[in-house]
Amino acid sequence: MRVSVDADKCHGHQMCAIAAPQVFGSDDYGNAVVLVDAVPSDLEASARRAEANCPERAITLHDEG
Amino acid sequence: MNTNSPPTDWIGDYDIFDPAFVRNPYPMMSEIRESPCPIAHTGRWGGSWMPTRYDDIVAVAQEHDVFTSRNIIVVPPPAGQIEGPYAGVAAPPITSDPPDHHWHRRTILPTFAPQAVAKYEDGTRALCHQLIDGFISAGHADAATDYAQQIPVRVIATMLGVPLEMADEFTSWVRGVLEIGLTDPKVRLENRMKILGYFRAQLDDRKANPRGNDLITDLLNTRVDGELVSEDYVMGVCNLMLVAGIDTTWSAIGSSLWHLAQNPDHRRQLREQPDVWPMAIEELLRAYSPVTMARILDHDTEFQGCPMHAGDRVLMSFPSANRDPRQFDNPDDVILDREHNRHVAFGAGIHRCAGSNLARLELRVALQTWMERIPEFELIEPEAVTWAGGQVRGPRRCLVRFA
Repeated sequence: MRVSVDADKCHGHQMCAIAAPQVFGSDDYGNAVVLVDAVPSDLEASARRAEANCPERAITLHDEG
Repeated sequence: MNTNSPPTDWIGDYDIFDPAFVRNPYPMMSEIRESPCPIAHTGRWGGSWMPTRYDDIVAVAQEHDVFTSRNIIVVPPPAGQIEGPYAGVAAPPITSDPPDHHWHRRTILPTFAPQAVAKYEDGTRALCHQLIDGFISAGHADAATDYAQQIPVRVIATMLGVPLEMADEFTSWVRGVLEIGLTDPKVRLENRMKILGYFRAQLDDRKANPRGNDLITDLLNTRVDGELVSEDYVMGVCNLMLVAGIDTTWSAIGSSLWHLAQNPDHRRQLREQPDVWPMAIEELLRAYSPVTMARILDHDTEFQGCPMHAGDRVLMSFPSANRDPRQFDNPDDVILDREHNRHVAFGAGIHRCAGSNLARLELRVALQTWMERIPEFELIEPEAVTWAGGQVRGPRRCLVRFA
């Protein structure tokens, strides 16, 4: 799985970094950054929770078949 | 302007200052939200609209060209404020609109990023321990006034580089502007002038005696496009730190302790499953969101079938959004490990609370330290708990005894 953040939608709630601190972090302004190229399988559940906790719906999960 | 009789029609005549609503607003919010007219209106307090559904409240937050932040208080400002000596001083970026909003916000965001506020964690924890040391042997305390109310004000004073002895005065000024002052224009104006007069003197002091490591000095030295920012901007940010950073967070701490005092199963869950803490903080913020913001319309519009006019005020009830069953399963239940929680306790869109990372840190440290020192506690007299409401809701008297 890969994840991406739409920088135009993200307003820095940081709820993704709370749900998945190994997958999402913060830039100097508190906006979300993705920390990993590919989400390790043991972190996929937390990445899904991050998506489900973003109030701006700025996160997209890319499941790889 | 206002009638003192309690509303009988919450859809056409609501009153956010009605004592029953302040004490427990959720049944009225639900009544409006599930009615055919989920955007309520009132003529009270100068008149306003109140959407109650999550999607509508988020839409108001996103459509900032219609719903502007020229005024974020639902009650019109007192007359003297418009022509007073500090008439131009607002509270940027909360009171800013694009395009200035962009730099107003971008200038302060790095100060409040998670990695930046982390340096206040140890000091906040030491403060919480010190407060608990003061009452633990008594076996009881007022969780609102002896604890919650004492924390954010000192964190803010530390950031601003002003003496911690100012805490009681800051608290009194903020209550004067936002709690008592919301329905009493004279008190509101007096306290606004006290805040601005205090910061005017602080700015003059920093210009004469610059310091390292304090927000006021840093702001005075901030340049945007090569130019120093105006002193009105610096005054405004200082104003914001008080009016947005104190009673909001203390209300969230107080409501959370009020909840935990009544829910032994939740206290046990936090002890036995400490991994739940981050989700629990978000859930408590959702369930007991303290803040309701207001917007003012730039131009006439029709919003979800409601004919709204330029100058109309609209309340953004984040507490109501966060209890909408269209967005949250079993919204009135507190589920500490709730998986799906797109709560908007800190708002949404370009005005997302700039201090949210600091507020979360304070809430987490305050609750964890309390639970570590006082694992078992209960309300002494549930009926005696008093609440402040209006645009910031939280307990103001909350006596608990320790087991």
